[in-house]
Amino acid sequence: MIDLTLAHQLQGFALDIEINAPPGVTVLFGRSGAGKTSVISAVAGLLTPRYGRIKVAGQTLLDTDAGVNLPSHQRRIGYIFQDNRLFPHLTVEQNLTYGQRFTPKSRKPADFDDVVDLLGLAALLKRSPHQLSGGEKQRVAIGRAILSAPDLVLADEPLAALDDAHKAEILPYFEQLRDILSVPMLYVTHSVAEVARMATTVAVIDQGRCLRCGPTADILTDPAALPTGVRAAGAVLYAKVQAHHQDGLTELDAGGIALFLPGHEQAIGKRIRVRIAAHDVILSRERPDGLSALNIFPGTITQIRRGDGPGAMVTLQTKAGTLLARVTRRSADAMNLQVGGNCHAIVKTVSVAREDVGGASASPPDPVTSCKL
Amino acid sequence: MAWLGPQEWDAVALSLKVSFWATTLSMPLAVLTAYALARGRFRGKSLLNGIVHLPLILPPVVTGYLLLAVFNPTTPIGKTLDAFGLTLAFRWTGAALAAAVMGFPLMVRAVRLSIEAVDPKLEQAAATLGASRFWVFATITLPLIVPGILTGAILGFAKAMGEFGATITFVANIPGRTQTLPSAIYGFLQIPGGESGAFRLVIISITIAMGALLLSEWLARRVAAKIGAKHD
Repeated sequence: MIDLTLAHQLQGFALDIEINAPPGVTVLFGRSGAGKTSVISAVAGLLTPRYGRIKVAGQTLLDTDAGVNLPSHQRRIGYIFQDNRLFPHLTVEQNLTYGQRFTPKSRKPADFDDVVDLLGLAALLKRSPHQLSGGEKQRVAIGRAILSAPDLVLADEPLAALDDAHKAEILPYFEQLRDILSVPMLYVTHSVAEVARMATTVAVIDQGRCLRCGPTADILTDPAALPTGVRAAGAVLYAKVQAHHQDGLTELDAGGIALFLPGHEQAIGKRIRVRIAAHDVILSRERPDGLSALNIFPGTITQIRRGDGPGAMVTLQTKAGTLLARVTRRSADAMNLQVGGNCHAIVKTVSVAREDVGGASASPPDPVTSCKL
Repeated sequence: MAWLGPQEWDAVALSLKVSFWATTLSMPLAVLTAYALARGRFRGKSLLNGIVHLPLILPPVVTGYLLLAVFNPTTPIGKTLDAFGLTLAFRWTGAALAAAVMGFPLMVRAVRLSIEAVDPKLEQAAATLGASRFWVFATITLPLIVPGILTGAILGFAKAMGEFGATITFVANIPGRTQTLPSAIYGFLQIPGGESGAFRLVIISITIAMGALLLSEWLARRVAAKIGAKHD
């Protein structure tokens, strides 16, 4: 759906990137200043790279060799900026419909009322942008991008300028969009929680290069691929909401294993994603008894990586999916952990952070992806 | 206004007419020039900037003389305009042209400042939503610079009301035809006992200038409130 090759000189390093992304949400993940925003600026036509080819849904937006360089307004993209960029002299409603007057009649934009409902904007339509909170502004910006009937949605750190409460407010809207929209999305972030919840495909960007590219669960369970270091490592489990219990816990079904989380508002039967950080997982050789932790996953060790420091990263295959545990090398040796050996992973219910749980797309993705290393 | 003689009244009316047309007709060109100077990247930009500002630094008499040299009815330009019924030299239309030329740099400066204050990121956002360069200007930039255009208009109008040197050189000081308010004040001061006439016109000058200033402030405040910008 999105094929892009770019080469450009940025301040301090060269951008040299090739990404072929499948449908769905492709997250460009990397530290600040890694060149992520430059990539989507080039897709939007706001930056012309020295060399580049960009194709979206079969249409060539840029081909420097062939002399093709469509101006921004002909690229049919919906760009959600970090700093919302609402037009201050227009009302919320006028902002939302701004792109529609430039939409060719042949294209059918999303239904205005549907988008307003989805984003909860009905009460805000007559207001002026300066009367809105940060989260409300960003919701309007999302709606404005969607309503311009784009072939591709670009989101540049759309939550970075918001405080934690507003982040928690906006992310579910993005999850719904991902599941409803038929167009692909390029989503830039440096937050591993957003990657875990949003991504179909992850492209790890560092110093202008794509280090790794692949399905979310594969990338996040590989600490070597993570630009933000080992503390970001963790697994993503796909689970179904099974029951909401009276004591405030939500029970999920993860591949036949019960997973208890602090109460979550998703309806029973809904699929959600849960990111389990590697440093929140405890390992045990025997099935533990008399333990306060509620979630126990039996599994087989598939990999043990020892770093230079005191830690070791243990990869475990369980019925719920791949899990990652960060333990000390001392424990790994004392427990005599071996690849192929059996082991139990233990996850405290309360250690699963609220921001790490979100609505999932219909099924674990099976994308065909490549990127040049 | 019984205390104003017909000649004085003529001067006031003529000045208002000249200033109105000078400001109104030159504003679109001033906005275009300001946009080119603020956002454009082209060869000869500093030359254009210099030419625009020339009337501000040249002695007004020189500007008036140049206008006369270019637009008098014996030159090709003058003849052409004459053929279309638009004679400039020694007519009120010439006074309007002189006033427009003299006020132009002030208008361009005010508008340019306000264009530079418009966040280019908003214009980029409009482009990503499908707006071509023209539509970005018409729907985003232009509405956001209305306060600057008002300021420019008031400066241009004030300059036109006060313009004297280029006007008197280009179109002379013919009562009822080219005698503007400043020319009339000057004329009064050239004759013995004319001080009281001059004084009345000075009062009118001050009143019009203050009125225009207050009106523009009020308008700018209203517009700023509408677009949610702070107005200090």
